[in-house]
Amino acid sequence: MGGFVPRPKTLGGDIPCLDSPELARKRQKALSAYAELRVERPLRAESNLETPVETQADGAPLFRISDLSAGYDKKVVVEGVDLEVREGDVVALIGPNGSGKSTILKTITRHLAPLAGAVELDGREISRWKTAEFARNLAVMLTDRPRTELLTCRDIVEAGRHPYTGRMGTLSPDDHSRVDEAMKTAHVEELAERDFMQISDGQRQRVMLARAIAQDPRVLVLDEPTSYLDIRYQIDLLRILRHLAKSRNVAVIMSIHELELAQKSADKVICVKDGRVFRAGAPEDIFTRETIGELYGLQHGTFNERFGSVEIGRPHGDAHTFVIAGAGTGSAVFRQLIRQGKAFYAGVLHEGDIDCELARDLAAECVAERAFEPIGDKTIARAKELLVHCARLIVCPAAFGTINARNAELVEFAQSHGIEVMRACEGASEDSQ
Amino acid sequence: MKSRLSMAYDESGRAARCRVVTTLLAVALIVLVGANLCIGSVLVPADHIPGILSGGAADSMESQVIWEIRLPRVLSAVLLGGALSLSGFLLQTFFNNPIADPFILGVSSGAKFVVALTMIVLLGANRAMSSPAMVAAAFLGSLITIGFVLLIARRISSMAMLIVAGVMVGYICSAATNFLIAFADDQSIVNLHNWSLGSFSSSSWDDVAVIAVVVITVSACVFAISKPLSAFQLGEAYAKSVGVNVARFRVVLVLLASMLSACVTAFAGPVSFVGIAVPHLVKSALKSSKPIRVIPACFLGGAIFCAGCDLIARTLFSPVELSISAVTAIFGAPVVIALMLKKRVR
Repeated sequence: MGGFVPRPKTLGGDIPCLDSPELARKRQKALSAYAELRVERPLRAESNLETPVETQADGAPLFRISDLSAGYDKKVVVEGVDLEVREGDVVALIGPNGSGKSTILKTITRHLAPLAGAVELDGREISRWKTAEFARNLAVMLTDRPRTELLTCRDIVEAGRHPYTGRMGTLSPDDHSRVDEAMKTAHVEELAERDFMQISDGQRQRVMLARAIAQDPRVLVLDEPTSYLDIRYQIDLLRILRHLAKSRNVAVIMSIHELELAQKSADKVICVKDGRVFRAGAPEDIFTRETIGELYGLQHGTFNERFGSVEIGRPHGDAHTFVIAGAGTGSAVFRQLIRQGKAFYAGVLHEGDIDCELARDLAAECVAERAFEPIGDKTIARAKELLVHCARLIVCPAAFGTINARNAELVEFAQSHGIEVMRACEGASEDSQ
Repeated sequence: MKSRLSMAYDESGRAARCRVVTTLLAVALIVLVGANLCIGSVLVPADHIPGILSGGAADSMESQVIWEIRLPRVLSAVLLGGALSLSGFLLQTFFNNPIADPFILGVSSGAKFVVALTMIVLLGANRAMSSPAMVAAAFLGSLITIGFVLLIARRISSMAMLIVAGVMVGYICSAATNFLIAFADDQSIVNLHNWSLGSFSSSSWDDVAVIAVVVITVSACVFAISKPLSAFQLGEAYAKSVGVNVARFRVVLVLLASMLSACVTAFAGPVSFVGIAVPHLVKSALKSSKPIRVIPACFLGGAIFCAGCDLIARTLFSPVELSISAVTAIFGAPVVIALMLKKRVR
């Protein structure tokens, strides 16, 4: 046990913590400044004539769902849903297929009548809003894309101005400039004159987003906005949504399947499982191995909260390979072994090292030392215990450094016990047995 | 900056295109109406027309031919053609299907059946049928048939199957009408047969008055709903999300489409293909399907199509007169086939 360098002192108390009330107050102040800006915008002011909108600085939620039951034809699909959404929040609904995410979204956008409970926008039950007024406050983007005929993308985006135009739907110069702005925000300006049916799915999705933006809503509801998009468009779309939330203070509520994207883009995550809200909270609290594993009933794969990604799980059987890795040198070898269906041990790694994170999900056992500490006796002993049963040892780092120097002992140990020792080649495309 | 400029340019180009096409259609319609007045078994020189029209009914033969026969006939062809084409456009928007129209969906046949039934019952009671009664009966028949098609449409999602269902409903109604004819007495048969073939020939000024009131009123209503109609083109869910009361709007749409189609069926019998071919041609010419642009052009296009077909129907094999539906089918069906090939309707 001995031989550990004493842990360094903790940081001084005068450095504020990221979650401290002081910083939160500063952020709140910035938010209320945005809120005031919004009220000054002419069209918003007009819609305010009907419902006075107080600024959200005092923390009153813009959108509140309490004890909602939703479903079709009196058949309850989800129940007990509670959610508060503030201006500028990005809320992600995650959960398995058929868990009721879309049903919740359809209910809060008034496509379905709630079976019980309350949904309030600005403190007023949504069913009591006039349709046009509601449309000026809440826009949607649905999974099904319209099938149109001879309509340009600009025509589609202009449709978003519907709640603001007069009897015949003629657009004013202001409407036109808002359409231009929405198309610019969603990066679809160059598609303006293209036929909506003759562009790619990803482009169509962004045009539909531009349409929703042109509606100038305070709440934007999106049902699986990233489905069918390639990774570039997914990132593009989420960046646009974050931009809307942070610069225009729009509250974004979306259902999403891509966990890594949800983790990276949402301020708040709601997990829906089997018709109930299984868990809700900040992404840091939700995206843990346990919660995600339980939410999706993962039996083989595992979710890694650091990477925000899912591994397909470790193979069954005894391990006959030991991998010395560290500082990212091992990940390619780990994945290769997994693809070949071979169980393996990994060591000696340091906690927090990305190889260590990965090995926890993939290796039969990962021998790890505490972060920043040199490898101790107990750890090296455990590694040797495992190594004895192995037929080969793969060494990934080109050289050992100060804190993992004792891995060299493992190489010597292997050589003296007749265990095959090999280096991981660059690009690692080896393998025999 | 450059893209902004070109965007504005294209947009105004589209609007200009719309104005040009609509104007051309209006001019073509005027020319065609003139031709309809001139041409026939008695040829009236074109330069006589303004005099005859401005002079009111006079005793000359030319004046009588025009005022008693050709003018009411061409007016009813113009109004009913416009009505038919608009009705087609509404049904296409409603079902989100470019091949929907009152004839294909069996709505005309349904209207025909109810009119025939009413006619036989009234004739059996020795009473003639007034034109408003014809329209009312046709309207009822249209509504019943649309209701039936809607029930089927709920259960199927395929565009092609909806059309097949409509055609089947049409056959059932036609068969039922034939049963009626088999059991009707001679006098009724003569009446029914003439009417059910489809023609603008029997138009009287009284009919034209009823047609004008109904068609102009309903068409104005259609134009007035072009804004929600435009929202509806993106699908019901989106229409709802921008504030359209979808449930109410669907009812309005069906009522207006039925009323237009009923008026046509009541006065001219079932007329085929105009409702599909004309809106398609007009949309292609405008390069847009925005209702506010399409509706006026669609009305004009339908008017031209029917006035032209009527001209052919009565002059081609004169004195034998063709049924209007036969002529519209010859010109309309190829357009519909081309449309199906282009859209690859699923």
